[in-house]
Amino acid sequence: MLDILFYVFSSITVIAALMMVLNPNAVSGAMCMIVSFVGTAALFVLLEAYVLAILQVLVYAGAVMVLFLFIIMLLDVDKGEGLSFLKEKTNLIAGGFGFLILSLLVISAFATGDHLPDVDLVAVDKIPSGTEVGLPFTTSAKSFGYSLFTKYMLPFQVTGFLLLAAMIGVIVVSKKSEEEIEAETPQASKGAAE
Amino acid sequence: MTVGINAFILVSGLLFAIGFLGVLLRKNTLVIYMSLELMLNAVNLALVAFSRYNNTMDGNMFVFFIITVAAAEVAVGLAIIVALFRRRQTVMVDGLNAMSR
Repeated sequence: MLDILFYVFSSITVIAALMMVLNPNAVSGAMCMIVSFVGTAALFVLLEAYVLAILQVLVYAGAVMVLFLFIIMLLDVDKGEGLSFLKEKTNLIAGGFGFLILSLLVISAFATGDHLPDVDLVAVDKIPSGTEVGLPFTTSAKSFGYSLFTKYMLPFQVTGFLLLAAMIGVIVVSKKSEEEIEAETPQASKGAAE
Repeated sequence: MTVGINAFILVSGLLFAIGFLGVLLRKNTLVIYMSLELMLNAVNLALVAFSRYNNTMDGNMFVFFIITVAAAEVAVGLAIIVALFRRRQTVMVDGLNAMSR
């Protein structure tokens, strides 16, 4: 049963990703991207990473893609491109060859011959007991807390600081410069007309 | 589940290749950026698979941090694209070649 689910969700994810790349319309592309992200979240559930699956849906399929859709619709960038990216020979050949070589490499490395050793899945606990050496895989949100406040304390704080820096950076980048504000005021445009 | 780690890594690699194709092929900066997100997501899938089959929590923590950083990165990148659009009135990479002239 779970095997069938894996094949269904992985094909949904890959096909939606391909449709995103080849779709001439950026808004439909973003919609396909959301499907692809939700498919990845389903694969996370199959791997018993429930917290990450929820985070994936909330952050990627929710916040990030809403931001993308907002910007695509705000800038209204769809009119120019169309299918013109399929007409440029050099790009098409380079992209196609890159894709082919990369996917052939991946398939030959992991689908045939001497691939990674097949490890059996071990049953996992729900809540970390805290007695094992290291941090074994557990499914509850608690296990993230254990890791974040012990082994990953410093990265956790650095990430918080990074978020602050990103917020300030966005404000600085999207602020209009002095000249632009002056150019847009009525007196300036009247002066230019005279 | 009898599906092995190789199948998950295969899916992850294919997603990465598709994202790579999008970055090379497309002209729209926003779509290129979405393809970059797709490549990041493929790596997330590989990390979670390794973490589960290796029975450690470390890969999951990595993905947790990657999702956080990706959210911040998207906010900054889209702000840059909007600033670029305000100045140049286009987001197609064909029109953004001021440095080559």
